Amino acid sequence: MSTKLPLEANWDMRVWPLALKMMLYKLGPGRQLQNPILFSVYVCSIIMTGIFIYALFFQPEAIKVADGVLTLSLWFTILSANFAEAMAESRGKRRANMLRKSRREVQAKKLLAPNRDAKMSLIPAMYMRTGDFVLVEAGDIIPSDGEAIVGIASVDESAITGESAPVIRESDSERSFVTGGTRVISDWLIIEVTADPGETYIDHMIELIEGSQRQRTVNEIALTVFLIFFTCALITVCFTLLPVTWFITDSRTTGNVVPLNLLIPFFVAIAPTSIGGLLSTMSIAGMDRLIQANVIATSNRVVESAADVNVLLLDKTGTVTLGNRQATAFIPAADVDIKKLADAAQLASLADETPEGRSIVVLAKEKYFLRARDLENLGATFIPFTAQTRMSGANIQGRQIRKGAISAVEAYVKQMGGSIPASVMQAVESVSRQGATALVVAEGAHVLGVIALKDIVKGGTRERFAEIRRMGIKTIMVTGDNPLTAAAIAAEAGVDDFLANATPEDKLALIRRLQAQGLLVAMAGDDINDAPALAQADVALAMNTGTQAAKEAGNLVDLDSNPTKLIEVVEIGKQLLMTRGALTILSIVTNIAKYILVLPLLFMVTYPSMKACNIFHLGSPLSAMLATSLFSSLMIIFMIPIALKGVVYQPQSANKLFARHFLYYGVGGFFATLIGIKLLDFIIHSVTGV
Amino acid sequence: MSVQEISQLFLYFMVLLLLAKPLAWYMTQIYEGKPCWINQRESLGAIEEAIYSLCGIRESEQMNWSTYFITMVLFNTCGFIFFYLLQQIQSVLPGNPQGFYGVDSALAFNTAASFISHTGWEAYSGEGSLSYLSQCMGVAVLQFLSAATSFSVLVAFIRGFVREESPNLGNYWVDMVRSVLYILLPLSFIFALFLSAEGVIQNFKPYEKVNLMQSMIYLVPVKDDTGKVIKDEQGVPKVAVNKVVTQTLPMGPVASQVAIKQIGGNGGGYFNTNAAHPYENPNPLTNFWEMIAILLIPLAFYFMFGFMVRDQRQGRVLLTVILAILIPSILICVGFEEKGNPILTQMVKQYPQVELSTHYNFEGKEVRFGIMNSALWTGASAIVSHGSENSMLDSYTPLGSLLPLWLMHMGNLSNLIIMMLLATFIANLMVGRSPEYLGKKIEIHEMRIICMVIFGFPITILIAIAMAAIIPFNFESISNPVPHGFTEIFYNVLSMGTNTGSAFAGFKANTIFYNMVGGLLMLAAHFGVAMAVLALAGSLARKKIQPLSSETLLTHTPLFGLFLFATLAIYTLILYLPLTFLGPIAEHSLLWSLYVN
Repeated sequence: MSTKLPLEANWDMRVWPLALKMMLYKLGPGRQLQNPILFSVYVCSIIMTGIFIYALFFQPEAIKVADGVLTLSLWFTILSANFAEAMAESRGKRRANMLRKSRREVQAKKLLAPNRDAKMSLIPAMYMRTGDFVLVEAGDIIPSDGEAIVGIASVDESAITGESAPVIRESDSERSFVTGGTRVISDWLIIEVTADPGETYIDHMIELIEGSQRQRTVNEIALTVFLIFFTCALITVCFTLLPVTWFITDSRTTGNVVPLNLLIPFFVAIAPTSIGGLLSTMSIAGMDRLIQANVIATSNRVVESAADVNVLLLDKTGTVTLGNRQATAFIPAADVDIKKLADAAQLASLADETPEGRSIVVLAKEKYFLRARDLENLGATFIPFTAQTRMSGANIQGRQIRKGAISAVEAYVKQMGGSIPASVMQAVESVSRQGATALVVAEGAHVLGVIALKDIVKGGTRERFAEIRRMGIKTIMVTGDNPLTAAAIAAEAGVDDFLANATPEDKLALIRRLQAQGLLVAMAGDDINDAPALAQADVALAMNTGTQAAKEAGNLVDLDSNPTKLIEVVEIGKQLLMTRGALTILSIVTNIAKYILVLPLLFMVTYPSMKACNIFHLGSPLSAMLATSLFSSLMIIFMIPIALKGVVYQPQSANKLFARHFLYYGVGGFFATLIGIKLLDFIIHSVTGV
Repeated sequence: MSVQEISQLFLYFMVLLLLAKPLAWYMTQIYEGKPCWINQRESLGAIEEAIYSLCGIRESEQMNWSTYFITMVLFNTCGFIFFYLLQQIQSVLPGNPQGFYGVDSALAFNTAASFISHTGWEAYSGEGSLSYLSQCMGVAVLQFLSAATSFSVLVAFIRGFVREESPNLGNYWVDMVRSVLYILLPLSFIFALFLSAEGVIQNFKPYEKVNLMQSMIYLVPVKDDTGKVIKDEQGVPKVAVNKVVTQTLPMGPVASQVAIKQIGGNGGGYFNTNAAHPYENPNPLTNFWEMIAILLIPLAFYFMFGFMVRDQRQGRVLLTVILAILIPSILICVGFEEKGNPILTQMVKQYPQVELSTHYNFEGKEVRFGIMNSALWTGASAIVSHGSENSMLDSYTPLGSLLPLWLMHMGNLSNLIIMMLLATFIANLMVGRSPEYLGKKIEIHEMRIICMVIFGFPITILIAIAMAAIIPFNFESISNPVPHGFTEIFYNVLSMGTNTGSAFAGFKANTIFYNMVGGLLMLAAHFGVAMAVLALAGSLARKKIQPLSSETLLTHTPLFGLFLFATLAIYTLILYLPLTFLGPIAEHSLLWSLYVN
């Protein structure tokens, strides 16, 4: 069972006190200046407060109340935008603090040599350097990233991965890597530290969480540029109305200039406050989603390039197929009974501890009810696989049973004076054509038949690849198999293309070739051989269990070591951009609705005849303005969860997605605003009578 | 709207599209320097080579965006100074049978700025202030020059999408020479011949005095030596009868001027009344072809864009969007003009003895063209910021005048491509991709330039409108009470700021304020946009072209066309709807609130 860190829930109550505190802290002019869009609204709110204070002393009761309520609604808008940002930041902060705490008080038992009996000294974890040896025992927190060189232990890695079940870490295995900040539950390990202070995973994570506000991506900056210019244009549009209406009233000698206490709230309502205030929230939340997926990125730019990935390179083994081939069928030679073949195959494999060997025993048992027998009792000797013979088998009571690839068995049988029958040759061919591997079984000079060993495609893989295809991404399977086998597996798994007989150099060359075509390539890898390819790929996901070289070459590290995580990373990247786009279009189309609703009422003081243009029959200029103001602030609040969670994303082609989002956020947003403001106006007008 | 009118509209666009595509192919050949007979040595190619060797132009030399821009500015500055001085000293130069004085310096500045910036705004009356020499050597030369400059900038902009990892945008001199020699000169020459054959005048004679068919009589108050009006005992002013029997008819080389004015997209007419004048536009046939000339090259550019980026669908979608805006807008305008003025229709009810031949709003429109052809001309001229007129925009019904007001400048290809870049930016984000258009990534630098164009210039225009409204001595310029007076300010400043050049005439534009502010506005808009467009092209040309993948958001689909349409509409409304409320919509509501209960 997976229990993630407690920050998962968007409305977790524990972040609220911090968020509220930060929200108020952000009201300082220095903080507001960092976001020009919010700053313009901020200045407007201050002016509006001034107008209200003036009204308190010099204006009639009705205007006092109106200005007061409008002022309040402006500050409410600002606070909502601040709150959204504070909410995301405080979530990050809490998480960073927890991580930091897990490191701070750790004392490391530094050893002079990788030996339990070596001299030991206690030093703080933050002074550990690459190459130091450390002893960790049950209950200790591992001080830094490193590699277990002696011992075996169970480790609780929930601080990093959120996975509460302990994992085994042992020296000299592929599970030798340990992460700083995790805790040893039982036994002990001697670790060689592989990261200097400030470069451990936890440091990266803290940096990432805290730095996501400062380090902005190209798309985010481009969008900010657009929004700032847009805001400037709106300021001009609104505030040139003052001289223009002055000119109109002056030359007509009737009517009034558009009042500032309506014009300012109008500007605040149409300014892109919601998207402007939520931009950084979205980035922080995107990073947070990535961390929740247990992926660590070296920079948040990677996440956005992941959104554009065109090609996904996937290793066959472990990603497309289960790690091992399994026996799926026995094909006897023309004159041989299938039971005899199964029996011989099982006997030859009884001592074979490889997964393939075990699967042969199991198949024979399941299909032909042949029970596994004890080799010792049979007096058999097991012939192990060697590079010379390229066969394995057993000698049982004079029977010499061998199994191996066709070429090896052919040589063996010839030497015994036999030959391969045509029916077996045919069987071998047809098995290969299906993408499986054929093992030939022979007893003495007599060839019994063929065992088909097949790669088993992981459950759900096909659906997953279909989904990726709907996202418009091409998948290429990379395998060391021959093209025939590769083609068959590719067809079964539903990948678009494959690279067979692949060497690491081939892989690198393929990536380069794809990139030269202008494609963005993502790949996952863990082997030291993968490092050059990982370094070349645009989005490179290294496995946490992988070698250090691979991890350094990649720009993402998956703590769960699951290559299909790439798909999730792509989705997170897409979702991040999509959320920005959706909220941008939403905040633009709502402006048009607000224009249509409010402008006639705003100009009624200048031209009373403008009443005819109030086609939605809003109550009065004041109630319309209040309703619009209120709607804008409510909109920000409604958008906070969207910004934090991201828009709902279903994998489909860009053009379909576009139609859908255009309809939802464009057309939908327009009508929602019309209806929303009309409703609010109706309520305000009928309840208060303004 | 009659069937006849609708079929005129249909015929117009049919002929236009049929001509625009072959022209686009031809222009592509010319600008890409591919052989197509006319640019070979046995025909005009020899002249091209001669020009290059005479001026020391190296045809193969390539310019990056800043060199291209600086070359363009320097060359245009020469043209500007030349025309400015020419106007100042025209009185002592030949070709001035009317003996016009040198033009006032503020007006000369405005006029030179107007023609160098491809605007064609005229704060002067052509027949009343410019000599034949100034018309031919000044106005006409700048009409060629500014049109060719605009074309060159546009071609360089398109090259930004075509070229890959290259800083170069082509050679300004070569583009200029080719625009003039192969496109503008041949087309204008043929068109001028056609026009003079149809009755447009072409001579250098002094203005003619002719006897009126029907003499006119009017009364003038008699004044004493001090200039006071003499009154009798009852206080009634003493009047004298004045009889007019002759009229002065302006002459001049009109056909050649009109040809380049229509073809080149400048729109500044020979006569003050532009194409409503019978010597500029005598009959429906000339009217039809002059209308074709307005949109011919601008629409050909759309096809040319498709040819040059090697994907005709890209040009087609832009063209479709523009037509989808233009044609309904024209029909709406015709609808309002045919609805007419409620004051007139009401009058008929009150005074049965009054007979109206039509209740359509025919004020300021030529009867020989009718409502449809006036609206068609107006819409076509506004949308590509051409700026010529065959009717008085000032006399349109309030909502009818939204046609030129809102559409102004929208359909200039460079402007539309920039809107397209904005639309793709948002749309790509909406589908979770990094923004790109035609395989070129839109990043921070591009976005900055795009925003400067789409927001920077409207901001300047809005501030200029506010200034025009608030400065007290500008009151004398408006010729109608507010709100119509405000619409005049709004329209005229916008017209200068978008390099359109058409006017809500009646408005007194020849003041220090409008001459100077307007002149600066026209220069800033023209050269500012050119700089932005070239910088954008320079930055795009350096980028790689991303290959089309199944994930690419297609920009040529009907859906995307709809999105671009919406982007354009929202953009225009957000910027100009508030002022439209205060001008035309207020006027409409005032007008009809008196008559409709």
